[in-house]
Amino acid sequence: MSVTTKDAVIAQGPSRLSLFWMSTVGKKVLMALSGIILFGYVVAHMLGNMQLYLGTDLINGYAHLLHLNQGFLWTARIVLLAAVLVHAIAAIQLWVGKRDARPIPYRSKENIQATAASRTMIWTGAIIAAFIVYHVLDLTVGTAHAGRYVELDAAGNLISGFSQAGPVVLYVIAMIALGFHLWHGVYSMFGSLGLSHPRYTAGVKRLAALVATLIALGNISFPVAILTGLVHG
Amino acid sequence: MSANGHGGMKLTLDIWRQKNASDPGRFVRYQVTANVHMSFLEMLDVLNQDLIVKGEEPLAFDSDCREGICGMCGFVINGSPHGPTHGATVCQLHMRFFKDGDSLTLEPWRAKAFPIVKDLVVNRTALDRIIQAGGYISTRTGSAPEANSILVPKESADIAMEAAACIGCGACVAACPNASAHLFTSAKITHLGVLPQGQPERYSRVLDMIGQATTEGFGHCTLMGECEAVCPGHVALEVIPRMNADFFKGSIKKRDPKAVAGGA
Amino acid sequence: MALDSRIPGGPLENKWSERKDHMKMVNPSNKRKYTVIVVGTGLAGGAAAASLGELGYNVLNFCYQDSPRRAHSIAAQGGINGAKNYQNDGDSVYRLFYDTIKGGDFRSREANVYRLAEVSANIIDQCAAQGVPFGREYGGTLANRSFGGAQVSRTFYARGQTGQQLLLGAYQALERQVASGQVKMFPRHEMLDLVLIDGRARGIVVRNLETGAIQSFVGDAVMLCTGGYVNVFYLSTNAKNCNTSAIWRAHRRGALFANPCYTQIHPTCIPKSGDYQSKLTLMSESLRNDGRIWVPKKKGEQRPVEQIPEEDRDYYLERIYPSYGNLAPRDVSSRQAKYRCDEGLGVGPSGLGVYLDFSESIKRLGQNVIAERYGNLFEMYERITGENPYQVPMRIYPAAHYAMGGLWVDYDLMSNVPGLFVGGEANFSDHGANRLGASALMQGLADGYFILPLTVGDYLASGGIKKTDTNHAAFKDAEREATTRLDKLLAAKGNRTVDSYWRELGTILWDECGMARSKESLERALTKIPVLREEYWKNLKVPGSGADFNQELEKANRVADFFELGELLCRDALDRNESCGGHFRTEYQTPDGEAKRNDAEYAYVAAWGWKGENQKPELQKEPLVYEKIQLATRSYK
Ligand SMILES: Cc1cc2nc3c(=O)[nH]c(=O)nc-3n(C[C@H](O)[C@H](O)[C@H](O)COP(=O)(O)OP(=O)(O)OC[C@H]3O[C@@H](n4cnc5c(N)ncnc54)[C@H](O)[C@@H]3O)c2cc1C
Ligand code: HEM
Ligand code: HEM
Ligand code: SF4
Ligand code: F3S
Ligand code: FES
Repeated sequence: MSVTTKDAVIAQGPSRLSLFWMSTVGKKVLMALSGIILFGYVVAHMLGNMQLYLGTDLINGYAHLLHLNQGFLWTARIVLLAAVLVHAIAAIQLWVGKRDARPIPYRSKENIQATAASRTMIWTGAIIAAFIVYHVLDLTVGTAHAGRYVELDAAGNLISGFSQAGPVVLYVIAMIALGFHLWHGVYSMFGSLGLSHPRYTAGVKRLAALVATLIALGNISFPVAILTGLVHG
Repeated sequence: MSANGHGGMKLTLDIWRQKNASDPGRFVRYQVTANVHMSFLEMLDVLNQDLIVKGEEPLAFDSDCREGICGMCGFVINGSPHGPTHGATVCQLHMRFFKDGDSLTLEPWRAKAFPIVKDLVVNRTALDRIIQAGGYISTRTGSAPEANSILVPKESADIAMEAAACIGCGACVAACPNASAHLFTSAKITHLGVLPQGQPERYSRVLDMIGQATTEGFGHCTLMGECEAVCPGHVALEVIPRMNADFFKGSIKKRDPKAVAGGA
Repeated sequence: MALDSRIPGGPLENKWSERKDHMKMVNPSNKRKYTVIVVGTGLAGGAAAASLGELGYNVLNFCYQDSPRRAHSIAAQGGINGAKNYQNDGDSVYRLFYDTIKGGDFRSREANVYRLAEVSANIIDQCAAQGVPFGREYGGTLANRSFGGAQVSRTFYARGQTGQQLLLGAYQALERQVASGQVKMFPRHEMLDLVLIDGRARGIVVRNLETGAIQSFVGDAVMLCTGGYVNVFYLSTNAKNCNTSAIWRAHRRGALFANPCYTQIHPTCIPKSGDYQSKLTLMSESLRNDGRIWVPKKKGEQRPVEQIPEEDRDYYLERIYPSYGNLAPRDVSSRQAKYRCDEGLGVGPSGLGVYLDFSESIKRLGQNVIAERYGNLFEMYERITGENPYQVPMRIYPAAHYAMGGLWVDYDLMSNVPGLFVGGEANFSDHGANRLGASALMQGLADGYFILPLTVGDYLASGGIKKTDTNHAAFKDAEREATTRLDKLLAAKGNRTVDSYWRELGTILWDECGMARSKESLERALTKIPVLREEYWKNLKVPGSGADFNQELEKANRVADFFELGELLCRDALDRNESCGGHFRTEYQTPDGEAKRNDAEYAYVAAWGWKGENQKPELQKEPLVYEKIQLATRSYK
């Protein structure tokens, strides 16, 4: 009698896609992929905003350009929204899962090599989520804008908004969170996608830290520059 | 108060005592006198001898080989699985690493997938079930070809050996902030996956084993590396990305994994 | 009743195929109608259970650990022999066979040993196919090393973790069968008794170590692969929980116990450091390939070891055994170490130790080569002793290590009790009076993969096995006896712990029946042990109850059996008026202190039958007939 193995015990399971989503590894792959999209957007977005330093009409032109092609704009928005949703839902499910995985915590738990960034992903992520909502209401919808909001006057809105301390503080906090998030995120991403080799790990870690810092600083520079009057109307 | 009357270092131990799975459990404080040449488990033996003589319940903890290879022993000392030396089992931990007056907290592995049996003893059969899901190469006894007809590049053999050094102790799970069994699972997947013999079942293996690990209720991996830091088998973190890569490939391969599973 | 070893006829080379060709067969579709109980998940038990499952039998598999992967086979470091002649150094089945017989000091059964050598090559094939990560050459072929007592390189290894990797291979094959439902696994279940019905082995009584529940299991055949019994010495290289209970209970039910006095003392262990010591750690014998063993030439040497010049060092193994030197077999090198320490030349705080020195080979090969070969062993040594063996020589001393004796089995590995099969270290089979390095893993896997699965089939196919179940009176009686016995241990409520008794028993055996034995010492032991055993049952203190997880009770039950075994061990040693292999009687030695065999009177297997408590056991002899080889004086000079 030939003894087959798993066929005997494992009944026809769910589809491969749902298996993929159900498994912790599959979720992490999706988080990494959505992470890449979001990361790409953040980089591009920051570079776009850099035009602020080249003159206010330039950035407005860029904003107009974006809005001219509604088709492109909405696809972009939908892709981003989808990415954030997938990313966040996976994150929350994994977080819930890991809390169930250890019902009774240790009295004391030593951390040997886990970085602060790696241990706070869910919280920095949550801050980013909140930021995105606020940010869109602030500069795209305008309802949360401090000061007078002028449709399609990106530069004006930025300047009117960041002339007050309140928004600036919120932005700076959010960007620090983002920095931390990407510091571990970008490194971890490679692992999740299996793009890792011991020879390069150290380099990837350094690169991730560098990129994260640049993005945080770059983004922080805008509100600060406006508040301090370096950039003005 | 040492049973064998050899003085030396006095230690204060806060030890997790739990009668059985249903008992909520609590920390109980003990004083014990050890000497520097003892192993940590021998120090606990001494404590137990004293408790028995005093008519108290001795402490339950697992151990067998007491030379770091069977993976039977293991508990958390001051927040470190297998204790402060990192990279060796608790049966290989010696008292010379502590000093007179130290106070230590001893806790069992804490994970839903590792129900507590008693005191510091947990049930790790979840790890066996992960192996059952595919942690093998299907070769019926007698069906093997002449050994040297399978050539294995030394580099692959070495990677396989390093991953295969896992002793199945569960410290990776205990150490992981997510109570993930990724290091254990990917160690076996890497061991078998880099060898030519392991290729036929390579992708069904990774899908089935990871599926089982998820079902058992282990957490996910954030690549925090705590597991690697405590692993007495010195399994390197790189096995996890290796597993993720195979999982990704396996998932997009056309063939339905279940159909090829087992292969017989 | 004369012992029938059922060795097939015909020339030695053909006996095994002869046997296989005429075995009765169970037809494939009937295999699932048979249940085989396998106790043990080590190399022998794990391999047997997996292979029987693959064949289609229902298998019930038991072990006391929380996972089958933890069987003590895991601890084997050095390697496994296989007559592959990959090194082209003239190795062959015959050579492996002869080396093993000679290593066993001509006290093993010729036909079994030949079969062992014969299947050794298949074992390597099987394990390689399972993915066991054996050491390899750059070309991708398998690598070999030479190992204690052999002049050819036939030992296969996986770093210093050969046993672990072989066991994981078997374990994985086993888990595959568990997944298929063919094997049912019972971890944390300890066998307490064997159940016979109509004179056949039909089942076992076990204790669920987590819940304390006493349960019975019925089968058509029972297989004991429960490992060795040298924990009878208390301190040994075996795992803390290795025990003799399974085979001892079977012995009390009628199975003969063969050559109990053949125990192996391993030369290279880390010396004992204090009275709290719970076990002794082996340093793989493979270290002897590159390490040189020596003691200072003069007593009470005060200089620090690195300052002792060459001329003041006695490399005694190289001196006494020029051709084998540091690779002389275990019994020989252990005894020589003992002599040096008895002469007061021993090193270390206790004076019970000799140096194992790598400085010369580190100079010759470089530290990284040594690290590549023995890295993890050096690490282990430093962790335990706090000394760095790359800088100062290791200190080693012999320790109880392996039991060549065990339950008597015939050529089919079946004991005198029909349906009771015994494999691995638990049987007396292939190693005679002394086991060569790297041959126990080989034997465990030979038994488990290639012999037991076939011979059990032959037994089952021969018929005569009636239907029965665990309601049969025999099961109920056995359960009752097991419970009463545990209650008795709990009831003593005396004031000494199990460990204190176990340690005392061990000390008696080590001093009176260890590396060197004499009529006087053995008679002393035989008066001391029964007295201590009496006290044990009266004055023992076991806390807790039998109805839950109770490690002290487990231990108490095991030690109770060690007491009875220890006595038989000494009796057998006293009865064997010769020195052979691991059994060294000081009265019987050559002028230069070598073991002196007495082939005329003692070329037999001593198989002891249980006659009841405090009754003298009955000795049966299986004469050892050598068709192929000439008995020779074993010389490693
Ligand atoms: C430190 C060390 C190093 C060694 N190195 C080598 C080497 O390099 N080469 C070599 O060839 N040999 C070596 N040996 C010898 C070899 O490892 C063993 O002889 C061999 O592995 C025994 O295998 P086994 O299957 O017979 O028993 P084990 O592997 O000991 O398995 C025994 C099994 O029986 C179970 N069991 C025992 N009692 C009970 C019970 N009452 N109820 C239920 N289950 C029970 C256990 O749970 C276990 O599963 C070494 C031994 C030691 C101790
Ligand atoms: C919407 C709010 C967000 C939440 C709740 C969130 C949460 C998380 C969490 C919890 C992780 C770690 C997953 C793990 O445990 O390994 C993670 C990883 C990651 N996040 Fe976010 N994040 C958010 C937004 C973002 C944004 C905007 C970006 C990009 C700029 C981003 C980039 C990443 C990357 C690259 C990773 C690594 C993925 C991996 O480890 O495979 N995240 N996120
Ligand atoms: C301080 C740094 C930032 C500045 C100055 C900034 C600026 C702007 C401006 C001016 C707009 C409006 C464009 C328009 O509608 O005309 C905008 C839109 C947006 N920003 Fe930012 N942004 C910053 C950081 C971020 C970050 C970190 C994220 C993501 C995590 C982000 C996500 C978005 C999104 C999703 C929109 C809406 C795009 C759309 O749908 O039109 N921004 N940002
Ligand atoms: S991976 Fe390391 S820590 Fe985890 S079980 Fe294996 S040996 Fe233990
Ligand atoms: S600690 Fe946990 S998060 Fe991953 S790297 Fe190790 S499993
Ligand atoms: S007891 Fe075996 S590894 Fe610690």
